[in-house]
Amino acid sequence: MPTQYPDILFQQKINKEIKIEPKDWMPEAYRKTNIRQISQHAHSEIVGMLPEGNWISRAPTLKRKAILIAKVQDEAGHGLYLYSAAETLGITRDEMIDDLHCGKAKYSSIFNYPSLTWADMGAIGWLVDGAAILNQVALCRTSYGPYARALVRICKEESFHQRQGFETLLVLSQGTVDQKAMCQDAINRWWWPSLMMFGPKDSESTNNDMGIKWKIKRKTNDELRQNFVDMAAEQVKVLGMSLPDPALQWNEANKKYDFGELNWDEFWKVVKGNGPCNKQRLAARVKAHEDGAWVREAAVAYQRKRKAAVRSSFGEAKEAV
Amino acid sequence: MDYIKKIYYGDIPGENSGGGELKGFSDPSLESGDEAWPLWEVFIRSKQGLDHKHAGSLHAADAAMAIENARDVYTRRQEGVSIWVVESKDIHASNPDDSGSFYEPAEDKIYRYPGFYDLPDEVKQM
Ligand SMILES: [Fe+2]
Ligand SMILES: [Fe+2]
Repeated sequence: MPTQYPDILFQQKINKEIKIEPKDWMPEAYRKTNIRQISQHAHSEIVGMLPEGNWISRAPTLKRKAILIAKVQDEAGHGLYLYSAAETLGITRDEMIDDLHCGKAKYSSIFNYPSLTWADMGAIGWLVDGAAILNQVALCRTSYGPYARALVRICKEESFHQRQGFETLLVLSQGTVDQKAMCQDAINRWWWPSLMMFGPKDSESTNNDMGIKWKIKRKTNDELRQNFVDMAAEQVKVLGMSLPDPALQWNEANKKYDFGELNWDEFWKVVKGNGPCNKQRLAARVKAHEDGAWVREAAVAYQRKRKAAVRSSFGEAKEAV
Repeated sequence: MDYIKKIYYGDIPGENSGGGELKGFSDPSLESGDEAWPLWEVFIRSKQGLDHKHAGSLHAADAAMAIENARDVYTRRQEGVSIWVVESKDIHASNPDDSGSFYEPAEDKIYRYPGFYDLPDEVKQM
């Protein structure tokens, strides 16, 4: 019987919150959806190092530099957890990297915006990591086991990212007139792109939503976006700053914030590769990969040589006997 | 596949949304040509007295590099005091499709559990 209706048994497992593991039967579309989502998530972590890496050499103090390096290193780690989770579904690391480098695979559009000032390091931590955390916390209960485990690990590390970002802004918000202006400017530039991180409106999506049915995704885009607005609208008060949205207003009846319409033209423009930094980001990734090729090759050559040495010394020993 | 159109964080569609094209499902470490570093499984003992537990996997050219990479990837916050690595291809696993019959012998042996035995209340602490 199990082989007769594998798809029904599969859905029953999902409904009972039983995780799907790599060797379990799964519909081909489930496998593909997970590969796409997990690898895009991984690419986002990796490309996401670039806007912040940009400021490591110019951090204002040694303390801030150490913090920023630690955060960027965490993001590399997140990328690695996720790549290996995706690999359990039968795609290789090389295929994923190739897909990214040739522009076939996507990553979160937020990383196609430039980081222009030091305050951007604060705004990215607070808003971009803040938005990512909401997404990722919701995803910790995702149905595919290796993805869920990677996310649990990631979520444990993310809260430091958001806190250091907020604290960076807090320091600026209590500084000179120029520092305050820099703080507000960074918030203004990162606010709307952060809201776009949650994807298009639910009403733009198809009704036949396998992502929710298969419990790959646990909350809708609009739900998460609303949570984010409610959180940030309160926190910005602590900074004594404002969010760049004249329509932002507490709605007492609905117990949530109303907010303005996102610029969806801009959203699609950036998704389609025409954002401010798309080309620069990909070029940086490709260059890093190519510049590192000799290291990878040398490591393989060294390992082969050592294996051969072990083999030949084993052969000599045998002959001696 | 028009039913996976919905766009989520990390799931952006497009003409070529990428990642979805599988080139046959087999051992990933065998597929990627001889230049690729092999895949290793990482096991970490979080503190003395506890078992090593599977933490995840990574790529490395050899065992020494796998242990160093595991330190950087999986123990950035003192999550471990000991690391084991083993090449993924050397791990043999039971087949989930057989799990019904494979684990069936244990199912009807409830006498293996302490609760199976009814003892008078006078027998304390047993
Ligand atoms: Fe991250
Ligand atoms: Fe982060």
